[in-house]
Amino acid sequence: MRYAKNALSYFGMIALAAFMIAPFIWMILVSLHPSQSPIPTLADIVPKKPAYENYGKVLFDPNIPVARFFFNTVFVTLSVVVGQLLVTSLAAYGFARFKFVGRELTFALFLASMMFAGPVLQIPMFLIVKGFGWLDTYAALIVPGLSSAFNVFLLRQAFLAIPKELDEAAKLDGAGYFRIYWRVLLPLAKPSLATAAAFTFFGVWTDFFWPFISTNSMETRTLEVGLSIFGNSYGGTNWPLEMTAAVIVMAPLLLVFLFCQRYFVRGVMLGSIK
Amino acid sequence: MTDRREARFGWLFIGPAFLHLLVFALIPICYAFGLSLFKTRMIRPEKAFVGVDNYTFALHEDSFRNALWNSTRYAILSVPLGIVVALAVAVLVNQKLRGVTIFRTLYYIPAISSGIALSMLWIYVYLPETGMINSGLHLLGITNKTDFLSQVEWAMWGVVVMSVFTGLGPRMVLFLAGLVGIPQELYEASALDGATGWRAFWKITLPMLVPTTFFVVVTSTISALQIFTPIYMMTKGGPEESTDVVGYHIYTEAWVNFNTGLAAAKSFVLLAAIVVISLIQFRLMRNQLQGYSAA
Repeated sequence: MRYAKNALSYFGMIALAAFMIAPFIWMILVSLHPSQSPIPTLADIVPKKPAYENYGKVLFDPNIPVARFFFNTVFVTLSVVVGQLLVTSLAAYGFARFKFVGRELTFALFLASMMFAGPVLQIPMFLIVKGFGWLDTYAALIVPGLSSAFNVFLLRQAFLAIPKELDEAAKLDGAGYFRIYWRVLLPLAKPSLATAAAFTFFGVWTDFFWPFISTNSMETRTLEVGLSIFGNSYGGTNWPLEMTAAVIVMAPLLLVFLFCQRYFVRGVMLGSIK
Repeated sequence: MTDRREARFGWLFIGPAFLHLLVFALIPICYAFGLSLFKTRMIRPEKAFVGVDNYTFALHEDSFRNALWNSTRYAILSVPLGIVVALAVAVLVNQKLRGVTIFRTLYYIPAISSGIALSMLWIYVYLPETGMINSGLHLLGITNKTDFLSQVEWAMWGVVVMSVFTGLGPRMVLFLAGLVGIPQELYEASALDGATGWRAFWKITLPMLVPTTFFVVVTSTISALQIFTPIYMMTKGGPEESTDVVGYHIYTEAWVNFNTGLAAAKSFVLLAAIVVISLIQFRLMRNQLQGYSAA
């Protein structure tokens, strides 16, 4: 009875996994079919002679600078992750450890801003960034991402969980506020910082809408926008190359995910404990 | 150390984040509201104050009403379906089985994937002859050549089914957290009363998961109301505007028609819906938490 139940569970899990992963396997297999070849049916999905040259073709396409998109994405994502961790952890420290007039109201504003949906902010953000003269520059891609209300909230919770006595002890040793933040709180909040970093990393790397409207030259496009151009310019006519581009976008995401998946599980759960 | 000094340092630390909040959230939201009261276009600078005219126009416009209806339809279809599937999967992977964490990881992958790549993959799933569904059916000896994404009766379902899988990961993790939090003694006690298996699921698991479920419903609904990327890549709102949801509709109004003021007004209608849903969540959560502490 027990074995039958376990067997059934494994059957269910494997079937679901197969269905979830099938499109990804298909993506890799199609990317190895010769360029311009028609969409293979399931029967002849495995390429007879893998066309690895597709990867060179896409990475060094003369019209679509994929290598440049790749660099832009890495540069923008890393800048945002580092900058955002610094800005949000400082704010979280302020909220968790200092008393001042207007603190509750300010914090409430941060929380309320989480409701401001993308479609509402898109037009004014565009006009403001345009006013700064930042359209089509790295600044447009990086600066709006330098803080996140969600991460302020998440890191504040992490700091609140650290006993205040540790601050006091450091203060007796002559540490100033900034030193306490840098030497006591940040090291102890490492798991939450990693969670925040993981969420931001994937959020920025796969962000589509904002880079799509705030940039328009090939030099500033990110991979996600580049991939949409790729999809649209081939319009389903060259699936092997489209899928090659998709694999190039997905591979780093999967690699990073495999290394930091446990922080994800933590982060998703933290979001629910308000 | 004086209070004043402490306050100064508090503000100093919050400063950068607060400045960011001001420039990229608070000012934009006021700016958007201001724009919604003007008849203004992105490409021409002149503005005319029209008060609430944009709002009255939007609420009477057939295509915007259609978009509101499509978003509602999308939320009503995708949220319950996504939640039932996620709960079932969470129960499945909450068992003490060898290798179960590998499956949890696999199920999470679509949630960290590129939205554009996912949309391209799901276009393939739905292709008329060579797509995964139809060529799979072909292997089973069933001939079906439906072009799912270009049929009015199928296109919305196509996007809904995709969202069930791509949104599975985070929902599953939330339910897992809820399941782990249920005290084991409850199951032991009910086993003494003879309630195991399905009966225990109905009598203990489901009631104990109410707070989690509620949270998942609200967050899923809010994100369902904003769906954009799959629509942009897969259907462009078609066929016959049957998948023209609010997120895509506002995008078209703002960046294709360049009707800035009208698009801003429409986005505020969406914001109003989201705020109402969030407030309901807040109220209910508070009642629930009070219920817990009283118990």
